[in-house]
Amino acid sequence: MALKGLDIFKLTPKTNCKDCGIPTCMAFAMKVAQGSIAIEVCPHMSAESLAVIGAAAAPPMRSLKIGAGGAHVLGGETVLFRHEKTFAAKTLYGVALKPETAAAALPEIMKVDYERISERMFVELLYVEYTGDRDAFLDLVQTAKDTGRALAVESHDAAAAKEAMEILKGLEPLLIGADAANYAAMDAVAKEYRVALGVSGRDLDELYDTVLELEKLGNKDLVLDVGHVSVKDAFAAAVQLRRAAVKDGDRSAGYPSFVNAGKLAPGDPELQLALASVFTLKYGSVIILEGMSYAQALPLYGLRQNIFTDPQKPMTVTPGIYPINGGGENAVCATTVDFALTYFIISGELERSGVPCNLLISDAGGYSVLTAWAAGKLSAQSLGKFFKEFAVEDKIKNRTLLIPGKVAVLKGEIEESLPGWRIVVAPNEAVSLVKYMKELEV
Amino acid sequence: MPFKRAPQVFSAAIRELTLGTGGKAIAVGGENVLPLYAFDGPLKNPPRVGIELSDRGPDLSLPELAAFYAGADSPAEQARRAAAAPGADFLSLYLESSDPTGADAPVEESVAFCLEIAAAVDLPLVIQGSGHAEKDAKLFEKAAEALQGKNALIMSAKEENYKGVSVAAVTAYGQKIAAESSVDINLAKQLNVLITQLGISGDKMAMNLGVSAAGYGFEYIASTIDRVRLAALSQNDAALQMPVVTPVAREAWGVKEAIVSEEDIPEWGPRERRGINMEVCTAAALIAAGSDAVILRHPRSVRVVADLIANIL
Repeated sequence: MALKGLDIFKLTPKTNCKDCGIPTCMAFAMKVAQGSIAIEVCPHMSAESLAVIGAAAAPPMRSLKIGAGGAHVLGGETVLFRHEKTFAAKTLYGVALKPETAAAALPEIMKVDYERISERMFVELLYVEYTGDRDAFLDLVQTAKDTGRALAVESHDAAAAKEAMEILKGLEPLLIGADAANYAAMDAVAKEYRVALGVSGRDLDELYDTVLELEKLGNKDLVLDVGHVSVKDAFAAAVQLRRAAVKDGDRSAGYPSFVNAGKLAPGDPELQLALASVFTLKYGSVIILEGMSYAQALPLYGLRQNIFTDPQKPMTVTPGIYPINGGGENAVCATTVDFALTYFIISGELERSGVPCNLLISDAGGYSVLTAWAAGKLSAQSLGKFFKEFAVEDKIKNRTLLIPGKVAVLKGEIEESLPGWRIVVAPNEAVSLVKYMKELEV
Repeated sequence: MPFKRAPQVFSAAIRELTLGTGGKAIAVGGENVLPLYAFDGPLKNPPRVGIELSDRGPDLSLPELAAFYAGADSPAEQARRAAAAPGADFLSLYLESSDPTGADAPVEESVAFCLEIAAAVDLPLVIQGSGHAEKDAKLFEKAAEALQGKNALIMSAKEENYKGVSVAAVTAYGQKIAAESSVDINLAKQLNVLITQLGISGDKMAMNLGVSAAGYGFEYIASTIDRVRLAALSQNDAALQMPVVTPVAREAWGVKEAIVSEEDIPEWGPRERRGINMEVCTAAALIAAGSDAVILRHPRSVRVVADLIANIL
């Protein structure tokens, strides 16, 4: 568990020598506790003190990488609630492949691949399980490998697991299937191929006990399967493990989690989506579904993007000219700030109006309209600069610009900084935009 | 070695709000553990699911929804159909037409709609206005009066109209009131304090802390509910111990993913599925964050979210 400022102070030389650049050891210790300065900045710390602090500063939850070249990060969380600190690693979504349906399912899975606020949204993992037919299993592993996506392979048979790992050598798949009966053999396979090992158990106690056994064998690259028999038990396991690690400092509970929502709600894609949503908030590191349609992906990936943002830094949209309903050089222009929420609301309403227009997003520091205006981030000057930088006048012939109703006061100044433009004050509230746009005379 | 469990049971609890009368009456809230943490201690009530019916009727351009309401031509028949949807604990009447910037239906018309339905169904009722503060104030007063004895939840009192709305609804006509703030713990607390200062007891109140659809700033509402719940339970903040009721439907069905037609973006598939999924995803995440009740529009969403709750507890 993290040390408090006072605990760190007790470990400093308490000489107030200022060699660290801070007036007192106490102030230095406080900064270390906040994480704003590294303990090594003090040249006089004793080796023992550094060891104590080092052990306490290690994250309460293991961070692992899976996928070729360490493409995806799992775990490493330090808080239970996102308002305390940004969550470290976003939940990964995977789809389970079955031998008999994979050929038809794969193209559908690959179709879901799009960008939303500078983030690529796609199925990060493909999941293949060994259920007794070794040839079909290994064929499917090969098929999944050929897609280039990362893999999660489940096998409680160490020999089959080894064959799959041989096919996937160097691609850092996640291997699931260690349990109370086979953990030593699975541990050997995981170590040989240097892959993270997923551990399951009949219940939370058996799971935990197997983790302790694997730790004794020196394996700490583990992922905890929260179970797929009952939703209730899976949720209880996910929450209790994360809480034990982050709040109560139990390192043996501090591993990323694996949730098979497909098995928890077989044949019910909407219930799987509901489960995936819950586990995205409450501590699922990897979530497997039976499929991924656009209908599921659009809300789920949006939810994840929201949850895993920095609580202190708003999400922003890249400044630029966004054509709405086709846009085009003769379409009217409208401008607002780069705060993602504002952008989504405004662009949504403009789309609903059906009127072609160009939405001009300038860099406003990620603030809302009024805040950006108050902070000087949305002004006649900032708009003038944006128009030059993006050569708006070369790209668009129309000379009408709608400005947010909340900054009507800027109209005069904008008219001065953008000569030749007709500046029109749009409504105060986004909800009025549809009607307003339809009636607007351009 | 067994896993060491460390249940977090708080000495403070969320207040319990009762809605409706008779055999179908429900209680909302009451828990003294974090949302859905039944492994820490028993939940007094599961999260509740409401089904929404607009006074403009269901959107018949959605084939499944049209099939569900097929043959139900009057508000009373539609309400009976909605009330029978598996998983629905209460019925929420969305008086959309009352919006003065829209259809501007007169108050009497909206009240007549409520009365027709109140006579037809025995599920607890929630009355949702258009959100126009001034019009809602007039509408809620008359609706609360007309529905005396029904123990309905009036949704919502806002900063601009809380005085008139809460005094009329609770003090004069014995209904319950939801205090609506916009995604901010301090504003929520302030409004609750102001309403209780009118002599309205906290156990006659719910909170609508605001809502965003998944992907549309959901992080703000998620963190607001997290913080409200932690303040209520771990700091025993009585001004934040009201149960949270969230009208998901309006937001979920209002975002691009649920509006764009299949002709415009064919790869997205049928609009109805997208709307249901947006509603389910948002509601499930809100319940995980701590909403004690959610209001949904599509019977399929109601069923899925009710299944989720039944399975997870």
